[in-house]
Amino acid sequence: MVSRNSLAPAAVDEPIDAFTAAARTKLLVKDLSIRYGSAVALQGVNLEIREHEIFGIIGPANAGKTSLLKAINRMDVFTPGMRVDGEIRFNDRDTRRLSNVYALRSRIGVVFPLPVGLPMTVYENVALSPRLRGIRNKAELDVIVQRCLTRAALWDEVKDRLNALGSLLSGGQQQRLTIARALSQEPDLLMLDEFSIAVDPVTTMRIEDVLKELRQEVTIILVTNLVQQARRLANRTAFFLNGECVEVGVTEDLFTGEVKDQRTRDYVEGRFG
Amino acid sequence: MTTANAVLFQATGLNQRNERVQRLYRLLFGLMTLMLIAPVLLILGTLVVKGGGVISWEFLFTAPTDGMRSGGVLPALLGTVWLVTVALLLSVPIGVFAAIYLSEYAGDNWFTRAINLAIINLAGVPSIVHALFGLGAFVIFFGFGTSILAASLTLAVMTMPVVIVATRESLQAVPQAFREACWNMGATRWQTIRKVVLPNSITGILTGVILEVSRTAGETAPIMFTGAVFFTPFLPQSVMDQTMALSLHLFVAATQVPGIADEIPFGIALVLIALVLLMNSASIAFRMWLRGKKKW
Repeated sequence: MVSRNSLAPAAVDEPIDAFTAAARTKLLVKDLSIRYGSAVALQGVNLEIREHEIFGIIGPANAGKTSLLKAINRMDVFTPGMRVDGEIRFNDRDTRRLSNVYALRSRIGVVFPLPVGLPMTVYENVALSPRLRGIRNKAELDVIVQRCLTRAALWDEVKDRLNALGSLLSGGQQQRLTIARALSQEPDLLMLDEFSIAVDPVTTMRIEDVLKELRQEVTIILVTNLVQQARRLANRTAFFLNGECVEVGVTEDLFTGEVKDQRTRDYVEGRFG
Repeated sequence: MTTANAVLFQATGLNQRNERVQRLYRLLFGLMTLMLIAPVLLILGTLVVKGGGVISWEFLFTAPTDGMRSGGVLPALLGTVWLVTVALLLSVPIGVFAAIYLSEYAGDNWFTRAINLAIINLAGVPSIVHALFGLGAFVIFFGFGTSILAASLTLAVMTMPVVIVATRESLQAVPQAFREACWNMGATRWQTIRKVVLPNSITGILTGVILEVSRTAGETAPIMFTGAVFFTPFLPQSVMDQTMALSLHLFVAATQVPGIADEIPFGIALVLIALVLLMNSASIAFRMWLRGKKKW
């Protein structure tokens, strides 16, 4: 098993489709349906996400992408009226029947569309999750904070102001802080929900490089409305539309026209309407 | 080009009208603010001019003598401190904890909506009604007698709705995204409250408490049936004692004592206001210290 604590940079230039089809299943979604009251957000979705791949999810607004992430993370309990049917297996455990949802959520890092720098210092933002796990030792926390901020490509910019308020960083820095915070959970699975919406293109590229490195150790679900971003990063990609998973395939196939559904082709080629 | 720009930025009739209207409103709002300050200044001024003369260490630290016509206010001063402190010790924890439950745990259903409605209505109940409730419930039913405990309980019941509402407002001012970020990390509701919600709402909660200090110290009706007495030369020793209180003492001195020197009631009022300001400054200082610590 690859040590999660290694600081060694991974090869960034490795070809994107280097994952093997034999990789273990990290997340299995079976017949998933999500409803908010009487409104259907997601209907009959089946997905298999494998270990150490970047799994892209593309699709227009209202496709049910964010609802899927919420269901995976069992955040549905915080959303009144949200009803989830079907099965989601994470590390081969049925998450719908899990009583310790806190352990599940702590294994899954989430990055939101709008950066959420918690109103505490940069240091505390990253140390929060380790502290929740019970790590009290200052030296140990220091190591984790530096490692996670370094991995999120933020360390050099904030190393001299770790005691500044995290919510006062710039948007792009806050988003990398959010990623550092997610990494501080030492997650098995990282879910990014349109992370680049409030981030400038240069920062987006830096974060994309970070994600390529992270693929070595965590599985990543990348929800994006930028089809080119999915093409740059994702091994396989699913196309969602109006609560339906229209197509799942090796990312490059979606772009080279080997699609089963005409709607997928229309969407990736920008002919949607 | 220049002429075109000159035309472009020339004030039109509409611009001028808008500017006039906005000046008018600024004047209106400014005048209202002045009207707000005027009574405060008049009251404080009158009290200082008419009652400042009697204020002395002796006035503060001796009991009234000669049928309240001379001597000081010590029993009433201490009594008010007792009443306010005990009332806050009761109402602040209960009120803040209840507000945390309502804001952070309880779902939005008919039951919590009914509770919220009840709280708002409770805040609107006149203080004399609270007084009669306190007399019936704490003095007679629970058998506390007329005591600091019964009076403070009555004051606590009266102030609790405001503590709850103020606390709930400041809790709900904390963005939901902060909570969700924390929950997503696997934090429980309590961990989220402890690490994210409370640190960012504590100053608002304290503001609510500060407002309640002033109100509690000044209330007369709820305590006159439940624990405050007309006159006692004894200082309160425990919560089961009866006590004098500044607000009631002021009422008595101003209306019930023939031949009292004019300046004594004014002096009592001045002491009451000074006490409230002192208690408020302490809480405000605490709040500023908290803010400084948060680098907020």
